[in-house]
Amino acid sequence: MSDPILELRGINKSFGVVHVLHDVDFAVYPGQVTALVGDNGAGKSTLVKIIAGIYGRDTGDYFFEGKPVTVHGPRDVAALGIEIVYQDLALCDNLDIVQNMFLGREEVKRGTLDETKMESRARETLASLSVRTVNSVRQAVSSLSGGQRQTVAIAKAVLWNSKIVLLDEPTAALGVAQTRQVLDLVRRLADHGLGVVLISHNMGDVLEVADRITALYLGRVAADVPAKDVTHSQIVELITAGRSGNLGISENPATATV
Amino acid sequence: MTTETNDPGSAAPATADTAFAGDTVTTTSLGGAFREYLGRVRGGDMGSLPAIAGLVVLMTIFSLASDTFTTNINLANLATQAGPICVLALALVPVLLLGDIDLSAGVAGSTGAMTTGLLIVNHGQSWPVATLAALVVGAAIGLAIGVLVATLGIPSFVVTLAFFLGLQGVLLYFIGQGGSVRFDNDFLRGLAIKNVDPTVGWIGAIVILVAYGLLSLRTFRVQVSKGLQHPPFSLVVLRIAALTVILLGLVAFLNGNRSRNPNFPIEGVPRMLIVVVALLIVWHFILTRTRYGRHIYAVGGNREAARRAGINVMGIRISAFVACSTMAVVSGLLLAANTGKISPGSGGGNTLLYAVGAAVIGGTSLFGGKGRAIDPIIGGVVIATVNNGLGLLNNASWINYVVTGAVLLVAAAVDAISRRRRSASGA
Repeated sequence: MSDPILELRGINKSFGVVHVLHDVDFAVYPGQVTALVGDNGAGKSTLVKIIAGIYGRDTGDYFFEGKPVTVHGPRDVAALGIEIVYQDLALCDNLDIVQNMFLGREEVKRGTLDETKMESRARETLASLSVRTVNSVRQAVSSLSGGQRQTVAIAKAVLWNSKIVLLDEPTAALGVAQTRQVLDLVRRLADHGLGVVLISHNMGDVLEVADRITALYLGRVAADVPAKDVTHSQIVELITAGRSGNLGISENPATATV
Repeated sequence: MTTETNDPGSAAPATADTAFAGDTVTTTSLGGAFREYLGRVRGGDMGSLPAIAGLVVLMTIFSLASDTFTTNINLANLATQAGPICVLALALVPVLLLGDIDLSAGVAGSTGAMTTGLLIVNHGQSWPVATLAALVVGAAIGLAIGVLVATLGIPSFVVTLAFFLGLQGVLLYFIGQGGSVRFDNDFLRGLAIKNVDPTVGWIGAIVILVAYGLLSLRTFRVQVSKGLQHPPFSLVVLRIAALTVILLGLVAFLNGNRSRNPNFPIEGVPRMLIVVVALLIVWHFILTRTRYGRHIYAVGGNREAARRAGINVMGIRISAFVACSTMAVVSGLLLAANTGKISPGSGGGNTLLYAVGAAVIGGTSLFGGKGRAIDPIIGGVVIATVNNGLGLLNNASWINYVVTGAVLLVAAAVDAISRRRRSASGA
């Protein structure tokens, strides 16, 4: 297997007296979909926010493309090429698709917005992802369905040549057909060579598109396994009990210090 | 960037692709564009339509009810009455686009005008120095408001209400109870009472038309050649034609002699109109063609999304208040030029209400994220028409207040309803 593009080693994070993450190791590989699963409160969101640079970490190392990097905030992370697509999307309803895709990074020519270049590039990107879900790239985002919004948010990550895309519950609010579109898009992102992190509660989605699965249990990594080696029920056990057969946390998770 | 294309048919199940029309619709016919527009209006995106309809109704009523309303001199008067309202409403647009409000803008404008007046009258400064000082005062007021709103997180309603009261105190302190400051500098007063030479008016109008026409045609050509979405050619031509008719008609009308005394012709475009048009062009450019303008819309549409996109939300908010108060000073100067003096009550009372009403009537949303630079200008003309027409009908001034209040309420109701329909129809 190729080297991980993003690697976190021995991450610890506490909020006051609550120790949320215990020595968490996490790796993302190029061209692969890594699923991050865990029950509510397992520490998924905290881990994502540490990756995103929103939270600092108490101890642990942050490696990007094999080199240790210092991350002070979301801007540093974005500069590395890590894009996070949040559950609540972060699109502006009053702007159109092109404007949203270039938000904060507008192309400027002679002091004015270069709409021509932006619209062309947005079209190219959507076409390269085989996105044909929108009538027009000049449609306001308010007129899009949930799946189309996810698509725009994900396409934005591709447009910016991101190396890693983190998707936080991308299918949580979607219908069957829309979930289908988004999962196809997730797979296509990985096929484009990006490292994709999929955070999801839906084991069906996870098993379908993920190459690797990292399960968190009470702030610890219960397992980090290739998706083809585990079954649906094994993942559920890892999420709910922290172990499954010979996989999982060796000490009794119930008595482990939290 | 990744440009290699996947074959969508091979990997994706059929459900993923069949439901979509494909992003090939780049143009439409004139009829199609019109139907699209109708669809938008039905979906709640009415823009300036209510204002224009209201204006037609008001003009009809007043021209039937009053003999003097349609006289040249009154309509030219209307233009100078609308000027300060339009500029103040335009000043509010950046703040309204953020979903905030500046209740102090009217008084801030008069504070600036007072600064100019006092510097000229009491300190013998030249008008450019005095005007610059007033703009600096406006910017400082805006900075203070912006910092309080954006960094401390006090609602803009409260901060600017406090400034509304506080600045009235400042006006009273410097001018004195019952006093007033003369505002009779030739140039500044001339903004309200003088007109530009008719030839200059024609040249200005033609320059604007040629520039607009060339830019529209160039944009259209680039859009077609790059295969981007573009309006039908007939619509582009129609827009240019409409602007030509309006602009040339206006100049022709204002260039006609409107004096009752044949020995003293009054003709030409009022200078105030030039100021309004110049500010309109500047703000239209800022809002539609610059990153700054785009970021204002983004912050107004979804502050969190803007923050995550790396936009300096705090900076945008502070700068919007600075721009608002600075522009408000321009409006204050125009108002003072109209009346020839600044009194402690200038800019208070219903000045700001008129401006907010103008912006909202024109189609700027009080909820943020929606509005154009032209909106407050159209709305300002509506408000000025109400004011002017009711004044000519010799009605008691209480009616004026009631009607203006009602107009503001109707405009806000239209805004709220259309917002609800927008979210329901998703258009």
